[in-house]
Amino acid sequence: MSAVIEEHHDDHDHKPTGIGRWLFSTNHKDIGTMYLWFSFTMLFIGGALALVIRAELFEPGLQFVEPEFFNQLTTLHGLIMVFGVIMPAFVGLANWMVPLMIGAPDMALPRMNNWSFWLLPGAFGILIASLIMSIMGMGSAPNFGWTFYAPLSTTYGPDSTDYFIFSVHMMGISSIMGAINIIATIINMRAPGMTYMKMPIFVWTWFITAYLLIAVMPILAGVVTMMLTDRNFGTSFFDAAGGGDPVLFQHIFWFFGHPEVYIMILPAFGIISQIVPTFSRKKIFGYSSMVYATSSIAFLSFIVWAHHMFTTGMPVATELFFMYATMLIAVPTGVKVFNWVSTMWQGSLTFETPMLFAIAFIFLFTIGGFSGLMLSIVPADFQYHDTYFVVAHFHYVLVTGALYGIFAGVYYWLPKWTGNMYDESLGKWHFWVSTISVNILFFPMHFVGLAGMPRRIPDYNMQFAEFNQIASIGAFIFGFSQLILLYNVIKTIRGKNTEKATDQVWEGAEGLEWTLPSPAPFHSFTTPPTVK
Amino acid sequence: MSAAIRVASFIGLMLVSMQSWAEYVLDLRPGVTSVSQGAYEIHTLVMWICVVIGVIVFGVMIYSIIVHRKSRGYKAAKFDDNLTVEIVWTVIPFIILGFMAVPATTALLAMEDTSNSDMSIKVTGYQWKWHYDYNVGENAKDINFFSNMTTPMEEIQNKATKNINYLLEVDNHVVVPVNQKIRLLFTSADVIHAWWIPDFGVKKDAIPGYINESWFKTDQIGTYRGQCAELCGTNHGFMPIVVEVVSEADYEKWIASKMESAAAAKASSNKTWTKAELMDHGKSVYATNCAACHQANGAGIPNVFPGLIGTPVITGDVAKHIDVVVNGVSGTAMQAFGAQLNDADLAALVTYERNAWGNDTGDIVQPAAIKAAR
Repeated sequence: MSAVIEEHHDDHDHKPTGIGRWLFSTNHKDIGTMYLWFSFTMLFIGGALALVIRAELFEPGLQFVEPEFFNQLTTLHGLIMVFGVIMPAFVGLANWMVPLMIGAPDMALPRMNNWSFWLLPGAFGILIASLIMSIMGMGSAPNFGWTFYAPLSTTYGPDSTDYFIFSVHMMGISSIMGAINIIATIINMRAPGMTYMKMPIFVWTWFITAYLLIAVMPILAGVVTMMLTDRNFGTSFFDAAGGGDPVLFQHIFWFFGHPEVYIMILPAFGIISQIVPTFSRKKIFGYSSMVYATSSIAFLSFIVWAHHMFTTGMPVATELFFMYATMLIAVPTGVKVFNWVSTMWQGSLTFETPMLFAIAFIFLFTIGGFSGLMLSIVPADFQYHDTYFVVAHFHYVLVTGALYGIFAGVYYWLPKWTGNMYDESLGKWHFWVSTISVNILFFPMHFVGLAGMPRRIPDYNMQFAEFNQIASIGAFIFGFSQLILLYNVIKTIRGKNTEKATDQVWEGAEGLEWTLPSPAPFHSFTTPPTVK
Repeated sequence: MSAAIRVASFIGLMLVSMQSWAEYVLDLRPGVTSVSQGAYEIHTLVMWICVVIGVIVFGVMIYSIIVHRKSRGYKAAKFDDNLTVEIVWTVIPFIILGFMAVPATTALLAMEDTSNSDMSIKVTGYQWKWHYDYNVGENAKDINFFSNMTTPMEEIQNKATKNINYLLEVDNHVVVPVNQKIRLLFTSADVIHAWWIPDFGVKKDAIPGYINESWFKTDQIGTYRGQCAELCGTNHGFMPIVVEVVSEADYEKWIASKMESAAAAKASSNKTWTKAELMDHGKSVYATNCAACHQANGAGIPNVFPGLIGTPVITGDVAKHIDVVVNGVSGTAMQAFGAQLNDADLAALVTYERNAWGNDTGDIVQPAAIKAAR
């Protein structure tokens, strides 16, 4: 892809100042920045909750928290990490990069963009307030797990469940508006000459992700609304005593929940597909098969949801269908991994921090993919289900998958955002300490899971003690190593003792975003570039 | 980077030193039933296929990382697609998946076949205990009982040494005869629970309003332990399962003794108890059934489970107190214990609550009063 920039935009950079710049912002770059800082803040909050969990599980017996509060911790940790960290970080990256990558001046719907961001602090304010009130002894925070299965969350839910429902509604509205915005931007605002099959893969993966969001977030909204009426208005959707069906809840939840899993990984696939070619100095291998594989994964994500529910006692034919459909996902996912490896093959590789995170992503996400394939096999799933094996699986795909994709993207684009190079040696420190500790943290969970330790328990038999202890040590190292990233980002933004970034930034980088100055000006592409 | 190596070697040392602590398990257990062994075999097959694929893919990547680097002067090649290899690596995974799907399907069909069982047990999940009823299906016996965790609070709170079966011990074991196909029927009285014995390869959700089925049959006498596997509230981690597989003769003996104690319990509901007897028995009933929420000291958990010290229900009208205990409070976690406990247990419990922790109402409730209130 080559681009020509017409250098006659009179760029006054009328930046609003003060708090108003952020509160009333309609600028895709500022809103992207806010999304990313919000996500980063939530990462530390959700991470702190995880560290309390790991401290409690360091050895058998109850040491720090009561079982009731432990359940609140696991619930809030899950909700914050899924809805507060991974999803906003991807929306933030999309906000920043999609317009730059397709040569658009901004997002298509800038005012909606502002609102979809500012709903999030409200939503999480409510959620976190319920935890703070619980700590202060004024009631219980949501304590039914991030999957909030009925009737534990309906008939038996604490009072704060209604706040939780409101909070989820706000997150959902935010996500839907964000997705509409991204779709509208990609359809309408591509630079002349940029056909669909010339779009960068990151844009493609977000395009597909946005459709997934529009398809499933209303289902989440529906299920929490059914909870709301069950709790407050006398309906019995999920109450067996009133003729309702608790398993219906799980079907609806996972019909949202499984595409949600891909919402959290497809943009990471996109980021990796940008980074690997850059540092291999070679075009991405199999561009069109990447696009088709992403689309296939998105389609399959709608017909595999009940693999989360194999132990609910479905008919055997249903179990077989969902097992086969789930196994099929291995095919397009495999294609993606093979394509990345082939992109690296006979490239001219260098290993700057973004590339290190991308390579670790390919290794460790693949390990999560393998355990996912194992989990799809129903007879074995009966043994794995709801154990630490599942916890290990989804942390490999979400931490060393999604989160590593975000880390890679942040290092990759940070010079373009700030105009300064980040500290490469700190970046490498962050990478190595994180990557070693994250495996110490999550790999032993496979073993305790296979040995028979259920998930979401505050205390356990001594047979599980060693690996829990190892995992807890890894957790603390991994948690605190994220401060290196924080320090590095702040240092890069302040720009003291840092190198100035060139427009191109990376030797092998291709695409419209690298034709702009670094830092990217407040308003860019006021005249669309032409893509040949 | 040398400091990173120091950190890594420190962790490595810790791992080595931990090995001496105890024997730990790395892999799934084969278990003692055809179902668990089937699960183990398919697990092992799929895991090794994944390992082989991993070695190949990661091997290629590592080779590329070592050889194709710019620092060694490697010049990038120009290719960016190849239809043949793309077709090959799409088709081959399909074939591999086929090799996994066939044994998985066979194993699953065998697992889900609950026909021709020798006896049945109905398993009901409660917050946070299991109830077992032998009075169903073939060879029904008039036996039913609750099974509560017996691990003392002192061990959980690190005030006493933990025993080997810490958190995996209950008062009433499920006893079944060896070499018989035992059909299990699962349901729940409140939220969703999951009954899991790893050695049997049985994990099934107990769902209110549903009856799920599973089965096991083993030729190995022994005691098998498991836990609830579905988050079911505060004490989800404290509702273990213990199944004792015994010889046919021992099973008959157990049946006889259970019948006898059931008769004795019935008789105790007809006699008049002294206050000391009621308080003594009430304390143990309370510890088993109530302490999980209202706490052993009766203080409850603020804003989650109400305390019982000096509250109106306890110090006020006896009839109201009995009503709450027997019928529960709808819309809350307070269960209807009338269905779970007999008249003597309930009488002792109410008496205990009204006189413990400084409540000192002096009220004595006899089993006859409970019977009248039902």
